[in-house]
Order: sequence, then C-alpha cells, then structure tokens
Amino acid sequence: MELLAFHPPGWGGVLLAGFVSSLQIAIGAYLLGLTIGIAGAYGKLYGGPVTRDLLGIYTTVVRAVPELVLILLIYYAGTDLLNRALALGGIDPVDIGGLTAGIVTLGFVQGAYSTEVLRGAILAVPQGQIEAARAYGMAPWLMMRRITLPAMLPFAIPGLANLWLICTKDTALLAVVGFSELTLMTRQAAGATKAYFTFYMAAGALYLALTLFSNQIIGWVERRSRRGMPGVAEGS
Amino acid sequence: MAAENSLRARTLGRIEPHRLVMLAIGVVILVVAATTMRWNWIPAYYDLALEGIWRTLWLLAATSVLGFLLAVPLGLAQAVGPRWLAWPAQTFCTVIRGTPLLLQLWLLYYGLGSLFPQFPWIRQSELWPYLRQAWPYGVLALTLSFAGYEGEVMRGAFAGVPRGQLESARAFGMRRFTIFRRIWLPQAIHRALPTLAGETVLQLKATPLVATITVVDIYAVSSRVRQDTFITYEPLLLLALIYLIITGILVFLFKRLEIRIPSRLG
Repeated sequence: MELLAFHPPGWGGVLLAGFVSSLQIAIGAYLLGLTIGIAGAYGKLYGGPVTRDLLGIYTTVVRAVPELVLILLIYYAGTDLLNRALALGGIDPVDIGGLTAGIVTLGFVQGAYSTEVLRGAILAVPQGQIEAARAYGMAPWLMMRRITLPAMLPFAIPGLANLWLICTKDTALLAVVGFSELTLMTRQAAGATKAYFTFYMAAGALYLALTLFSNQIIGWVERRSRRGMPGVAEGS
Repeated sequence: MAAENSLRARTLGRIEPHRLVMLAIGVVILVVAATTMRWNWIPAYYDLALEGIWRTLWLLAATSVLGFLLAVPLGLAQAVGPRWLAWPAQTFCTVIRGTPLLLQLWLLYYGLGSLFPQFPWIRQSELWPYLRQAWPYGVLALTLSFAGYEGEVMRGAFAGVPRGQLESARAFGMRRFTIFRRIWLPQAIHRALPTLAGETVLQLKATPLVATITVVDIYAVSSRVRQDTFITYEPLLLLALIYLIITGILVFLFKRLEIRIPSRLG
C-alpha cells in the first residue's frame, strides 16, 4: 500500500497527475468533438450535396477505422502537415505539445460520432417547432440557439453520455503514442516496482470511479433536460 | 429506420454530377498516391501482412463467438435471474464497461503474467506452454470485453421478448429449456442483431490493441514496417484501407443475416 503513497517513494502522486491529464484531454476532446458534431450535423442536414458527401465520407471512415490507427495517422500526419504549411508561409516549425495533439486527435474522432448522434437528435425534434421558429422570422443562428439545440437535447443526451464515457476511456490509447496519461503512468509505475497488480487495479479503480461519477451527473442532467416533457423516459 | 433508408437510397440512387466530380478527384488522389508514395516495401512484407490479416480475423471471430456465449448467461442473469446472480453479472458489466480495454489487457498480461510463474504447480501444468505466450491473454481480454458490452445488450433483448410468446409456449407444454432454445433465445438474438453488428465492428476496432502485448496482427505488421523502413504514412494508410474493407464486409454479412430472418413489426 505504501507504493501508492503520494510522495516520491510512492507513486500515488504520479498516478494522480496522469489522471488529471487524462481528464484534461477527455474534456478538451469532448468539447472539440461536440463543436465538430454540431457543425457536422447541421452540414449533413441542411448543407449542399457536396458538403453532405464529404461529411458522409468523414463519418464513415472515422467510424470504420480503429481509433489507434487514426490516432497514429493524425498524430504523425497532423504535425507534419502543419509544419509543412508553416514552412510554406515562412514560419519556423512549431513543436506541438502532447496535450494539444491528444485533444485534436481524439476530438477529430469524437466529432464523427457526435455528428451522427446530433443528426439523429435534430431529426427527432418535432418539425412544427422548427417551422414555427422560422415562421416567426428567427435568424438561423438564433433559431439554432433558442429552439433546435435545447429541443434536441433530451434525444441527444443518452448518445452524448455514451460518447463521454468512450472519450474518457479512449484517452488510454494515447499511452501507445507515448503521451503521459493515466495508463502510461501506471505502466511505468508498475514496471519500476514490479507490483503490476496493485497499480493496474488502482488505475482501473480511478477510471471506474470517473465512470460512476459521470453516470450520476448524466442522470441529473437527463432528468433536468426532460423537465416538462410527458413521460418519454419511463417508456423506454 | 430513416437513416437506413436514406443510406440505401444514397448507395443505390442515380449518380449525380457532383458525385462524378468527387469520384474523379478520388481517383486522381489514388493514382497520385500510388505513383508518388513509396510502396516498394510491400513485396518484402507481403507474407507477413497476409498472416497478420488472418490473425486479426481469427481473433475477431474467436473472441466474438466466445464473448457472445458468455453474454447470453450474463444477460439472462440480469434480466430474470435471482438477485445473487443478477448482482455479480451487473457488477461485471459495469467494471468492464467502466475501464479502458487497454488497461484490462495490460492488467491480464503483465499482472497475471507476472503472478503465474510464482506458482510451481502452474509451471508444471499442461497449460504452461500457452500461458507463456501473449495471445491467450489477448483472447481472454477481448472476450471478456465483448461479453461485458454484449451482456447489457442481451439483457435488454431478453427482457424485450413479449411475455405472450413465452406464455403460449408454456401453455403448449414445452419444457423450460425447450422454450429457451426455441422461442426466447432466437427472439432475443433477432432483437439484438442490429446492435450486435455494431458491437462486432467495435470489436474489430479493438483488435489492434493486442499488438501492444506483442501479438502480431495486421496492425503490428504495419508498425514493424514503420520501424524497419522509417516509412510512416504508407503502411498506416494501407492499414486504414484494410480495416475499412473488413468493416464493409462485416456490415454486408450482418445485413444479409438480418434480411434472411423474417420479421414483422406491428
């Protein structure tokens, strides 16, 4: 148990630091994914034919190729392309930190899933509500903010909740490209002390605690977003 | 259903002009990639790559089937079992779904793998030649993971079979196991089939993780190419294409299966 102590002979502090960076990446990637998802869902529903096809390719490819392969591709190709573009503009190459790279990579993957979840949710909003807003003369942006997004939320939350849980667990994949998040820290701690079971169990407990805590929050948000809706929740 | 229909309309529908242009751009990109990128490493790694693809498919098939067999009792225990069966099954599903697969894999491989050699009776048993290799741990981790996710799906599927069907089977004088085999399980599988297709694709996407514990699947082959020749993008792009093709075949097979089973939704 003293192996898990917070100060240097123990590895508890290192694990916690890894946990914090996992959380940072998960939150960042999730928000980026949501942004891409909202834009993507709007593009898929209301965009022109070319936009739709391009988005179709994006969601199909990302959802068919393993996250690990995508992470490697975006991680290597992304930094390389960015530096080449900067070189063309005559700017010195930058070294992208692991945090940014991780967020962008996972966010790109999350975006494809979010697009599909949000598209389904927007389709589930009764058309009359959107038509009424349009008849009222609302600008598209205002309509999105006041009507579509709030009205689709109850339909989107189960899917979005799943995505959040997937996102927290996908951060573990960044261990493979050498980003020091919880799983990689655990592996190093376990390798250094040979106490494999202790550390993997501890890391598992941390992830599990995050999941259970998230479930509580999600339940609360879901109940709140369904205020005033006749028992849709009880039916399913 | 709506999404499915629009997908079908999109794939079968007439080819629109902008799609022809996009197709042409796609072909140009493909030709440029084929001619300007470096592919001369392929002949040297051809055999290894085939072996890797075979191993990936084998892993996928074995772990999905084993995982599904495990998921049926898990789902049943949660749906109708007594509390002392339902509670452990639920805990198992929560733990599997709440922790990353990579961590589970490493826990089994490094954790169990470091515990086993300490016991002489394990080292002398006939299983030892297998326990020293990496793939049994990969199979075990992927199987448990599939069972955990699919157990939840089967719980819903078992609970969703209309009571009337089971009651009429009972009125027919069928024994409990016959009811389960003839009515309950087939109906539940039919209900779970669309989700099952999605879960199998997810399982395919989980298989490259075993490369981190030295099992040589197709992903591991591509990283070997990268390490040997310092060629980064080409093996990864080819790898992505291979996974796309396998996913396409999987989705196609499940569609065929779904069409073969007659269904009448009220």
